[in-house]
Amino acid sequence: MHAALYVSKTGLSAQDKQLTTVANNLANASTIGFKRDTAVFEDLLYQIQRQPGADSTADTQLPTGLQLGTGVRVVATQKQFTEGSLQVTDQALDVAVDGRGFLQILQPSGEIAYTRDGQFHLNRDGQLVNAGGLLLEPNITIPEGANNVTIGTDGVVSASIPGNPTPQNIGNIDLVDFINPAGLQAIGSNLFVQTGSSGDPINGTPGENGMGQLMQGMLENSNVDIVQEMVNMITTQRAYEMNSKVVSTADQMLQFITQNV
Amino acid sequence: MDKALYIAMTGAKHNMLAQTAHANNLANVNTTAFKSDFAAARSMPVFYGEGLPTRAFSMTERPATNLTHGALQQTGRDLDIAIEGDGFLTVQAPTGEEAYTRAGNLFIDSAGMLRTGNGLPVLGNAGPVAVPPNSKVEIGTDGTISIIATGQGVDAPAAIDRIKLVKPDPGTLSKSEDGLFRQLDNPEPLNPDGSVSVISGFLEASNVSAVNELTSMLTLARQYEMHVKLMATAKENSESSARLMQFNN
Repeated sequence: MHAALYVSKTGLSAQDKQLTTVANNLANASTIGFKRDTAVFEDLLYQIQRQPGADSTADTQLPTGLQLGTGVRVVATQKQFTEGSLQVTDQALDVAVDGRGFLQILQPSGEIAYTRDGQFHLNRDGQLVNAGGLLLEPNITIPEGANNVTIGTDGVVSASIPGNPTPQNIGNIDLVDFINPAGLQAIGSNLFVQTGSSGDPINGTPGENGMGQLMQGMLENSNVDIVQEMVNMITTQRAYEMNSKVVSTADQMLQFITQNV
Repeated sequence: MDKALYIAMTGAKHNMLAQTAHANNLANVNTTAFKSDFAAARSMPVFYGEGLPTRAFSMTERPATNLTHGALQQTGRDLDIAIEGDGFLTVQAPTGEEAYTRAGNLFIDSAGMLRTGNGLPVLGNAGPVAVPPNSKVEIGTDGTISIIATGQGVDAPAAIDRIKLVKPDPGTLSKSEDGLFRQLDNPEPLNPDGSVSVISGFLEASNVSAVNELTSMLTLARQYEMHVKLMATAKENSESSARLMQFNN
């Protein structure tokens, strides 16, 4: 059958994946702590139909050969860990990381997941949990009746306890960093888990050794650039149309030969 | 049967091969720094003995790869680099030798190696580039990689290596089966060229002209129909001759 059919099929499926990536980015345009994905395209291998430089006679060589490409594939979707803008919420338990670093969340399985989403709440025991009810790691318990919870830029959490004039230190929020954050695996719910390509987590105190500072009362918006995604969507659609035009052209050719010969 | 059928057949067959080349270009219209391939047809005359020289078969070739530069796309990512003007990045192919590419979507793996988007190590002045743990990476216009090491202040950037940028003569380069460029006859590594400059935060788009490719596709489709028509004509001729020789009842 016509090889161009299969080549443009790879083009169609790659553009399809690109559109899914764009759609997911746009759907998460206002998700706190979301990092946009970009699809990385790569050309597939080439097949040599005729080797350049092969002997055409004993003394002469073919000046050029014929190498046919076999299409394209999406080799990876790469998370882009650029920082999103910060929004002020004035909620005492909202924390944004201004710079590098991830907050740690304890999953029910006992493994640690990592997030840039700092919207915390209290559970009935007064522990800090994320919106899914999972505990912050290391966990912080706010004493009963405490007010004015303060989270310092270095992660120190303090609260005023009734009857005590000085605020009490009730815990620390730590950050971790990775040598290759793009290698983290996104598992949904704004969480990431460590993989072989992200490297091991490097623990640190906020504001030290290149870690970002914690900003209380702020949240990090998603880093999705709406304009860029819209432009990506246009180019994806047009590239899809052109590849499908190739499919229909190849189809018409095959139809023509079956009808006329 | 008239052997014109076989000449028309090579025409149709090689039209389809040329279309595959154009379909590959179109499939890669969004691939970072993809360079489109040309497809050209050449006549291969096969003459023997006396008589009319009518036997000229067609042969499709990829005479060269189009090395014009694609548009620069802004991404804002520190490790995305595009080459301004001529030149190539040097990467280490899986077989160990040097190969060249213009796709600068780089990343740092868990061991600190600087790699291209498809995982090949990027070569620096002395072999593959290793980037120590850092809080910020910058790639300068001459390919110098400077970092602020973890725990250091912003006032202490350190240059760790320089990406090996080369400027081979385009005539000596050929695209290999894995899509990387290699030198045709010379297996020796090239020397770095100081005149190549890169720009960080940008990627080079594919240089495929979608309109050109689509037009070539349609032109080839029409040519193909002519070849098929010729085959049909050869068939009709053959049928007419066969009828002549049938006994009339």
